[in-house]
Amino acid sequence: MLTVENTQKWLNNFYQKIEEHKDYLSELDTPIGDGDHGNNMMRGMVGVKESMARLQNPDLQALFKAIAMGLISKVGGASGPLYGTAFLEMAKKCTETQAAADLILVGLAGIKKRGGATEGDKTMVDVWSPVAHSSQLTTEVIAAAVAATKDMQAKKGRASYLGERSIGHLDPGAVSSGYLFTALIETEGIL
Amino acid sequence: MKKLGIILISHVSEIADGLPKLLTQVAQDVSFTSAGGTDTNDVGTSMEKILTAINNNDAAELLAFYDIGSAKMNLELAIEMTDKQVHLYDTALVEGAYTAATLIQADVPLADIEKQLAPLKIK
Repeated sequence: MLTVENTQKWLNNFYQKIEEHKDYLSELDTPIGDGDHGNNMMRGMVGVKESMARLQNPDLQALFKAIAMGLISKVGGASGPLYGTAFLEMAKKCTETQAAADLILVGLAGIKKRGGATEGDKTMVDVWSPVAHSSQLTTEVIAAAVAATKDMQAKKGRASYLGERSIGHLDPGAVSSGYLFTALIETEGIL
Repeated sequence: MKKLGIILISHVSEIADGLPKLLTQVAQDVSFTSAGGTDTNDVGTSMEKILTAINNNDAAELLAFYDIGSAKMNLELAIEMTDKQVHLYDTALVEGAYTAATLIQADVPLADIEKQLAPLKIK
């Protein structure tokens, strides 16, 4: 179950993972995108940290909104509105349920609505969807979902311009989403 | 001023800010506002800049044109956050905006403008 405290810890942990892997994320984005996913996500997470720091005794809804606005205003690339919409949807739903599984599911629906991508399009949806639909979230579930994007042909996003040439590369948004959910698993008391 | 305005969204500020120069040639009485680049003027789009372009436009009803990728998503987010009525078109940016500007200037109703924009849809 998500609380203000463990959600902050989760996002701080995600921040560290992005910081640690930002060069790798941009490297993944170079052959099939515009080579900036790592830097974009880093800017977004700095935005999240700043907007979380401005909150005073927030409730969970205010916290999710602050996370969303940090990402939306700072990322610059497509991942900003996509991750941002996911957290906005969680903000709407969290007064009703604080279960991680329910909130990930509404986040996934938000990403699909915003980006128009579906499963198999080689996007972050290919990680969010298996995670949302897994009965038990484990690092294996995440790793398998991320790895599966390698053989997919991109149908949405910048990589889709490359058609078949996008096959053979991991999707950078799927990889960063993998970090998000790994950070979630590592945060005690959420699952 | 015409009652329909146009907003122009691009990943690059020079593209978004340069287009009104072309468009005012055919549409002197249409309000154009633009949002290009991220908040630090890097390549990308900014939801906040788009929202400002919507709010700063003299018209209450707007036609929105954009270039690629995240521009549409940030545009949709901004549309959800404003009270103005904004119509979004998936046309080629320059040709779509040029067609709309010409027709708004000639007082063509929106429904007929949309008919002429339909074949320019490319995304």
